[in-house]
Amino acid sequence: MIEIENVRKSFGPLEVLKGIDLTVEKGEVVTIIGGSGSGKSTLLTCINGLEPIDSGRIVIDGTDVHAKGTDLNRLRRKVGIVFQQWNAFPHLTVLENVMLAPRKVLGLTKDKAEQIAVKQLTHVGLGEKLKVYPARMSGGQQQRMAIARALAMSPEYMLFDEVTSALDPMLVGEVLDTLKMLAEEGMTMICVTHEMAFARDVSDRVAFFHQGVMAEIGAPDQIFGAPQHAETQKFLASVR
Amino acid sequence: MFNYTFHWNQALKALPQMLDGALVTLEIALVSMAIGLACAIGLTLFRLSGNRLLGSFASAWVEIARNTPALFQIYMAHFGLGNFGLHLSPYAALLVGIAFNNAGYLAENFRGALKAIPDTQTRAGRSLGMTSLQAFRLVVLPQMLRVAFLPASNQMVWAILMTSLGVTVGMNADLAGVTQELNARSFRTFEFFALAAVIYYVIAKAVTLAARALAWRMFRY
Repeated sequence: MIEIENVRKSFGPLEVLKGIDLTVEKGEVVTIIGGSGSGKSTLLTCINGLEPIDSGRIVIDGTDVHAKGTDLNRLRRKVGIVFQQWNAFPHLTVLENVMLAPRKVLGLTKDKAEQIAVKQLTHVGLGEKLKVYPARMSGGQQQRMAIARALAMSPEYMLFDEVTSALDPMLVGEVLDTLKMLAEEGMTMICVTHEMAFARDVSDRVAFFHQGVMAEIGAPDQIFGAPQHAETQKFLASVR
Repeated sequence: MFNYTFHWNQALKALPQMLDGALVTLEIALVSMAIGLACAIGLTLFRLSGNRLLGSFASAWVEIARNTPALFQIYMAHFGLGNFGLHLSPYAALLVGIAFNNAGYLAENFRGALKAIPDTQTRAGRSLGMTSLQAFRLVVLPQMLRVAFLPASNQMVWAILMTSLGVTVGMNADLAGVTQELNARSFRTFEFFALAAVIYYVIAKAVTLAARALAWRMFRY
C-alpha cells in the first residue's frame, strides 16, 4: 500500500505540491490527470524518493520513503518508474538494458538475469529485438523496453510518468496496450497521463490535479461523467 | 635550378638509428599519455568535488596547459624548475611537460564528455535501484568513454608530435634529437628531416587508424 499524507514540495519559491493526500491499495490502478505544472509528475518522483519532499509523509508498505536511514536503493527495487523520455541505455543492447539491474543490483547470475529479461521483453512484445541497440528501434519500442526493464526487477508497484507523451500518435497505442495488460494482471500502478480514454478504461480511480492540489478523485465514471469540481469540468472540456 | 644534389643514401643508411629514436619518441608519448590520463582523472574529480580550492587548482592547470605554448611548458619543466634547484634530465623534463599538457586537454575533454551524457541517464539508473556509483560506472562512464575516446586519441598524436620539442632542452635520444644530431654532422638537413617527417607521419597515421579501428570495435551502437 502506498500512503501519501499531506505532502508538500517546492522548487525554489514555486510550491508544486500543496498538501497531497492519497492512498493506493495493492492491485489498484490510479491515474492522475491534470494540466501542465499541476504537480503530477513531481508526485511520482517523490514517491520513489528521486525527489525529496519538504513536509508530509510517503509510506510504502510501512516504510517511510523520506525518513532518514531509509535504504532508497532497496525501496526502488520494489517501486519501478518509467518516464516520459524512456532513457534507454544506448550503449547496451535491448537484452543488456533489461539484464543490467537484475545482475548488478539484485546480484543475479547472468543466466538467471537473461532468463528474466527475455521473459519480460517477450511479455511486452520485444522478443525479436533482444540483440538490437535502442537507437535502431522506434520510440514506442524503446518505451516498451523501458517498461520491461522496470518489470525485470519484479516491482510490486509501477509508476508511469506520461509514458506516451513523447511518442508519435501512431506509436501511443502499443505502449498503452502494454500498460493495460499490466493492469489486467493485477499490477499496482499509478499512471500520470494525458490519455483520457486510457484513464477511463483502465483506472480504478482517477485523480485530477490542479495547481499542486488534488482537486478531485473518484471512479472514472464519476470523474469523466459527472465531475464535481469546476476546474475538472474545465479541464475535461478542454481536452475533449 | 636549385643547384642542390640530394643524398638520400646517407639518410637511408641512418634509418635504423632514426627508428631507434622513433621508439624513444613513442615511449615518451605513451608514458606521458598514461601520466596525463591519470592526472586528468584527478583534475576532473577535483572539478566535480565542489571544493573551491581543488576546483580552482584544476581549472588553473587546465587553463595554463591549454593556453600557453607546449614549448614553454617543457622549458619550465627543465630550466624553470632548475632555478629552484629541481633539476630534471631532458628526458624527464620532456615527459613532465607533455604530461602536463596532456592532462589539461584530457581533463577538458572529460568535462565535455560528462556534460554530453544527460542527467536522465543517471536518474534512470538510480530508479532501478543502482547506487550513484553504480549508475556512474555502469551507465554514464561507458557512454562518456565513447565521447572522449577519439579526442583522446588526437591528444596521443599531439603527444607524439610534441616530443620533437625535446631538442630545445637537449633531448637527443628521440627521433627529433637523433635527426638533429645527424643533421649537425652531415648538414643534409632536407634529407634527414624529410625522412624524420615521414616516420612521424607514419606513426601518427598508424595511431589514428588504430584508434578508429578500436573505436569501431568498442562502440558498436
